[in-house]
Amino acid sequence: MIKIQELQKYFGQLHVLRGIDLQVEKGEVLSVIGASGSGKSTLLYCINGLEQIQGGTITVDGVKVHDKGTDLNNLRQSMGMVFQQWNSFPHLTAIENVALAPRIVKKKTKSEAIEIAKNQLVHVGLEDKLNVYPSELSGGQQQRLAIARALAMDPQYMLFDEATSALDPELVGEVLETMRLLAEEGMTMICVTHEMGFARDVSDRVAFFHDGIIEEIDTAKNIFENPKSELTKKFLSKVR
Amino acid sequence: MFDYNFHWRPVLKSLPDLLEASLVTLQVAVLSMIIGIIIGLFLSIIKLKAKGPLQWFASCWIELARNTPALFQLFFFGFGLGALGIHLTPFFIVLAGLTFNNAGYLAENFRGGFNAVPETQMKAARSLGMNLWQAYTRILVPQVLKIVYYPMTNQFVWAVLMSSLGMLVGFRELSGETQFFASKTYRIFEYFAAAAIIYYLMVKLILFVSRVLATRLFRY
Repeated sequence: MIKIQELQKYFGQLHVLRGIDLQVEKGEVLSVIGASGSGKSTLLYCINGLEQIQGGTITVDGVKVHDKGTDLNNLRQSMGMVFQQWNSFPHLTAIENVALAPRIVKKKTKSEAIEIAKNQLVHVGLEDKLNVYPSELSGGQQQRLAIARALAMDPQYMLFDEATSALDPELVGEVLETMRLLAEEGMTMICVTHEMGFARDVSDRVAFFHDGIIEEIDTAKNIFENPKSELTKKFLSKVR
Repeated sequence: MFDYNFHWRPVLKSLPDLLEASLVTLQVAVLSMIIGIIIGLFLSIIKLKAKGPLQWFASCWIELARNTPALFQLFFFGFGLGALGIHLTPFFIVLAGLTFNNAGYLAENFRGGFNAVPETQMKAARSLGMNLWQAYTRILVPQVLKIVYYPMTNQFVWAVLMSSLGMLVGFRELSGETQFFASKTYRIFEYFAAAAIIYYLMVKLILFVSRVLATRLFRY
């Protein structure tokens, strides 16, 4: 379970997250929607410990992420992260991209790591691209590679930071399809997204971010069909 | 046309010695590059990331290496340390001087290289649970080395040529050896002409090998 209490985050003078309270249960799919600059992505970076926080707590399975004694390298293994600009490692082939972390972080043997990597690449539909360098892959394929790479660490949670925003329109579908598949398999997911169709169809709950706070959070059905906040209504009317 | 008779015979006779000395040249240049790359990487990371005395130290190193004559740097490790009672052998004087110089120049190349790798690569590596060391050695440095590969080759060539300064601290590399024979036989022009050709061929060889190596190393 991911539990966020009273989270405060500043970038210098800029107050990005202004008191976030949020709880994500195992198996849940939460979509986070809202305008750019509302702090959605920053939230994910904070959960993963990639950003420091200035107030409040984030606990993942009972471990405080920002405690001094927390072994972040260990904790991060339970949270896979997928970025907007896919960030495949360009100097490694697809299978090396996926096998690297299991081998050097989880200390698997080389053959075990390769086996894991192969399975995950099959999982995301890249079985015919094992020995290809990322530069020869399309954006959608690179993003699926990034998903496979995160999954190879056998995470409990997956954090998606606008995973489809940087893709050409015709490549968005294949990545969303992979995310949908994961959701069906019961993965706990937090998806920062601009894909309203995905948010509506796949998520259990949807959180609408506005100006550093959660303006409204409810089931996907309620948010999209019966939003309570005026700001949510306004936002949804613009993106639809 | 001009009043000089060339005598190449003594050069030919001592050619094996010259070639042997050119191996010494190569040896000290290669060693100074390997150590220089490692130190240069640390210097560039320190300059980019550290604060306080550590950063000051790295900046000083880079500034001195780049903005003073290489000869003076060699003299520092020879006569400078000598005055303090630390006596290095000629080999180590040259190795230390060249390494100091290489590390300083390479650090600036590497700094540019690190800036060229997207910041998100580090984030992606850390998000997979890699520690800082793993993220640098497995993800960032390999990409940086590709970016700065040709500047690095230049520095290697430069190291080979700079090692000729070793002659002035009594090191018998190619130039020292050439000087030795030249003053013994008074065939100064012939010997240095031969040495120049050997230097030229060495550099050409290095450039060729580095180009072949690049195609093997960087397939992406």
